[in-house]
Amino acid sequence: MKSLRKLSCLFVFLLAVASSVSAAPLDAFKDLEGTLDIAGGTAHIPVMTQAAQDIMTFNPKIRITVAGGGSGVGVKQVGEGLAGIGNTGRPLKPAEVEKYGLVTFPFAIDGVALAVHPANPVKALTKEQVVAIYSGAVTDWKDLGGEPGAINLYGREDGSGTRETFTDKLLGKAELAPTVNVVNSNGAMKTAIAQDKRAIGYVGIGHLDSSIAGVAIDGHVPSQENAASGDYPVVRDLFMNTKGEPTGLTAAFIDYIYSEPGAKIIEKSGYIPIPKGKK
Amino acid sequence: MSLTGRKPSEGARGPLLLRALALSVSGLLGTVIAFILLSGVEALVRGQGLGLLGAAWNPAGGKFGILTMIQCSLLLAFSSLCLGWFLSLGCCCALNGLAPRWAARGLLGLLTMMTAVPTVVYGFAAVFLLVPLIRDALGGTGFCWLTAGLLLALQGVPTMTFVMDGAVRSLAAETRLTATALGLSPVQHLSRVVLPLASRSLLSAAVLGLGRAVGDALLPTMLAGNAIRFAHSPLDSMRTLTAHISLVLSSDIGGGEHLSLLLAGALLLTFCAVFSLLARRLSQRARGARL
Repeated sequence: MKSLRKLSCLFVFLLAVASSVSAAPLDAFKDLEGTLDIAGGTAHIPVMTQAAQDIMTFNPKIRITVAGGGSGVGVKQVGEGLAGIGNTGRPLKPAEVEKYGLVTFPFAIDGVALAVHPANPVKALTKEQVVAIYSGAVTDWKDLGGEPGAINLYGREDGSGTRETFTDKLLGKAELAPTVNVVNSNGAMKTAIAQDKRAIGYVGIGHLDSSIAGVAIDGHVPSQENAASGDYPVVRDLFMNTKGEPTGLTAAFIDYIYSEPGAKIIEKSGYIPIPKGKK
Repeated sequence: MSLTGRKPSEGARGPLLLRALALSVSGLLGTVIAFILLSGVEALVRGQGLGLLGAAWNPAGGKFGILTMIQCSLLLAFSSLCLGWFLSLGCCCALNGLAPRWAARGLLGLLTMMTAVPTVVYGFAAVFLLVPLIRDALGGTGFCWLTAGLLLALQGVPTMTFVMDGAVRSLAAETRLTATALGLSPVQHLSRVVLPLASRSLLSAAVLGLGRAVGDALLPTMLAGNAIRFAHSPLDSMRTLTAHISLVLSSDIGGGEHLSLLLAGALLLTFCAVFSLLARRLSQRARGARL
């Protein structure tokens, strides 16, 4: 009985040591408590929820809620004080900064790559061709210099951050063809393209691997390096925004996103981290 | 004495407890149903009337019509039900004397195993096996009505077979002696006596199968392609109401999209309720005609 208690004491002690060692950047949260509400861009959600989980596990007195809604909602909520951090997938407009007094923190680059089956000879397209493909004007690979055969279109669901970037940067206002098959994750997209020789779809740049082939757009090859350097055009920055300079829990949260573990979370979500103060 | 003395009190207590349980459970169920239906009605009111029931889905243009998905849901459910119901009927007959005993035993084992297979396994296997097969053999992307319909039929077979088998087995046992005495062969016995008597169970198996087919979200999401349009051929990509709910839910947005989900939920519930009421009416009529 005694030895069991001793053993459990030792176990708890070891656990405490282990968690305090592994969680050095989390130390900022040790004496904090309260609630932080985060709202806005959907692409941010995986990063925000993972960070929130880490922080709340470290210090259960802190409550962090993460909601979606899109960039517009993010600006509105943080501006009206309904959320501590409002996320946007686009830079703030001057009018928004002026109206609400917002401070912005870019923390990640979200790049989207057009992808085809590795055996498909078409490895480069122009922006106009992409629009023609996705609006249904071009329906056969032979019109693009590939093997004859119908183009199988794949896309993402409404509200997907990947779809938003792809649409904003490449398609513009073009109406989508009704024949676009919809999958609901980067993983499902990869599976669909990897199996279908006549497929075309798009994934977050971090998800490109040997099972699918990235397509260069106007000569710009999709890769993490090119996205980071600004050479690849289908990218956007992801921003956190606060009303005035952040303090307390909000400031600590933003610092955590910029920390080493924060960068890891960003990479795991398929984005490229931006160091603090850059840009 | 003691037996007669105890019986009434026990008899009164049992039903009371049961009645209380039944009341609370049906109250709970009723609340859920009322909530879903009210949300649907609210969605209709807030979503500018019939705009949500239109054919156009274009969130950027403020159009959130789910008519295409209603059509696709019904098409997929009824087609897979037709296929699955006949397969189940076949399985049920095979289990009850049409197949040699060893084959029946094997089939029973297979069906029992199939009830334990999670839907996602069917879906995953189909993505890698059936989808490429259909794509190469018949064209299109392989993610289509046909693929999803086949798999939905398959996943419904064990449940429907067991519902049918339960009734058929006991009816067959009851009537076997008489039928044999009248000189009916086992096949005649099954087809002329047992199946007509079991019509009610055959129908309720169909309703059960239909409910599952219309309500399954995973297989259509994984296999039907999810393109938003009316399906005209079995090779067309389609999005069902359930797939629509799971796709839009994954990105948590308010506004018209959200309202369309509420309406889709209410419609799914209404479909299932109407089917089962219809089936009940039909089976009552069938029983009445026989008596």
